[in-house]
Amino acid sequence: MSENASDTFDSNGGGDSEVDDGDGTETDGGEHPQAHTIRLELVDEPGQLLAALSPISENGGNLLSIFHERGNLTPRGRIPVEVDLECPPDRFETIVTALRDNGVNVIQAGAERYGEELTLLLVGHLIDTDLSDTLQRIQRCADATVTDLSLSAPEGTDDVSSARLRLAARTGKTERVLDAIREVTDGKDIHVVEPLTEVSA
Amino acid sequence: MSLRLAVLGAGAVGQSVVELASEYGHVVTAVADSTTATVDADGLDPASVLDRKEREGTVGDADIEDVLASDYDVLVEATPTTLGDAEPGFSHVRSALEADRHVVLANKGPVAERYDDLRALEADSAGTVQFEAAVGGAIPVLSTISDFGPDHINAARGVLNGTANFILSRMAAEGLGYEHVLAEAQDLGVAEADPSFDVEGTDAALKCVILANVLGDGGYSLDDAEVEGIQNIPGSALDLAAEDGRTVRLIGEATPSGVRVGPRLVPQNGTLAVSGTRNIVQLETEYAGNLNLSGRGAGGPETATAVLSDVSRIE
Repeated sequence: MSENASDTFDSNGGGDSEVDDGDGTETDGGEHPQAHTIRLELVDEPGQLLAALSPISENGGNLLSIFHERGNLTPRGRIPVEVDLECPPDRFETIVTALRDNGVNVIQAGAERYGEELTLLLVGHLIDTDLSDTLQRIQRCADATVTDLSLSAPEGTDDVSSARLRLAARTGKTERVLDAIREVTDGKDIHVVEPLTEVSA
Repeated sequence: MSLRLAVLGAGAVGQSVVELASEYGHVVTAVADSTTATVDADGLDPASVLDRKEREGTVGDADIEDVLASDYDVLVEATPTTLGDAEPGFSHVRSALEADRHVVLANKGPVAERYDDLRALEADSAGTVQFEAAVGGAIPVLSTISDFGPDHINAARGVLNGTANFILSRMAAEGLGYEHVLAEAQDLGVAEADPSFDVEGTDAALKCVILANVLGDGGYSLDDAEVEGIQNIPGSALDLAAEDGRTVRLIGEATPSGVRVGPRLVPQNGTLAVSGTRNIVQLETEYAGNLNLSGRGAGGPETATAVLSDVSRIE
């Protein structure tokens, strides 16, 4: 396999014509394209990179750069690829879905999408109130991703336990995420210790 | 200018005001505790008043009405904070303002619960109302806000209860449970026998309500505050926070969206993670970033210095 970035643009045909050449040309599909980063894992087989990139241009995304390290394998023996692209905000979801439909393993989609990290504590009978259900509902209701969890229950389930939760949330949506979390935890008598968001001096 | 002080309340703060007034160039002409009073137009001898309070539990043979009717310049209201109608503190203040005297409060009740009533009385009086001692003990929070201009401060937040902060910082540092540290705090005199006012967040909330009133020109009382205490924070929560470089503090906030007090996660070595009984107030300014004011937020002499600074500000 001899894929590299320039190869891909060539074989991708129409992709070139959509690249913003800096003269103010609008991106296909609307105004104000935003930059996004997608991290993929590819199987080391011919044609894989092309399969991963065509859904981007087909759905109105402009490829900005591709970082493709063949020599560096992930723990699962795959090749990590980082793709920078820009597209109108409403197209990004479609592109990620199209990639997944094409069988591409998307590790992380868009630093902008989950741009804010949020750490909080939960205190209560976390295990007896079905921690897994609590987390799933938080993810669902709050539209946030749980990225880390630590649980401490020094007295077992006889006494209250504590959990430290790290969430990735959409930029500017942390207040909404916290509201949603309160809704989930109120019903289970779980106390939430929220982070203090200070405006930095 | 030497002013004649009438001191209401002979607890830790009132006693310290009596003791320190002369150092600030003022003279105490009347003192009242909850049941007794003493008045001397030529100035009381602080030592003998305090001595009698300690020996007999009373300050004199007069009545509080005698104090209010006496010839004084400034009423120092340092009776215990009460909620709701903030009585009897509010009536004491009313009496002084109606007689065109100045008032300096250490009592949080009237300023937190009846701020607008208080300002209305002040507007009709030749006297003024000041209450630096009600927020953050010795820390000059309100005078800083006044100097800076409340219109140019967007929000105030911080640690405003030394008891709760002592408990949380001891729990985090020693890995001890809440009940254990609370008992220790009571032995040290850092926590009262009934600690609910402090650990349930009420005291911090009153201070934040006062800050909200000062920043927003009134309109707030304790009912407007969202308040949560620290009683439900187990040691395990502090351990988990520490693993991640964070800790928990009882943080009070007065922002345009309201008043809120509750345990919050803050960076372990961050500005607001003061330890022990120390207090800190962070003022978020419009054009000049944050101002952080830290110091002793409680204690007789500490709070008395704030009272006497207010007195000295009277022209």
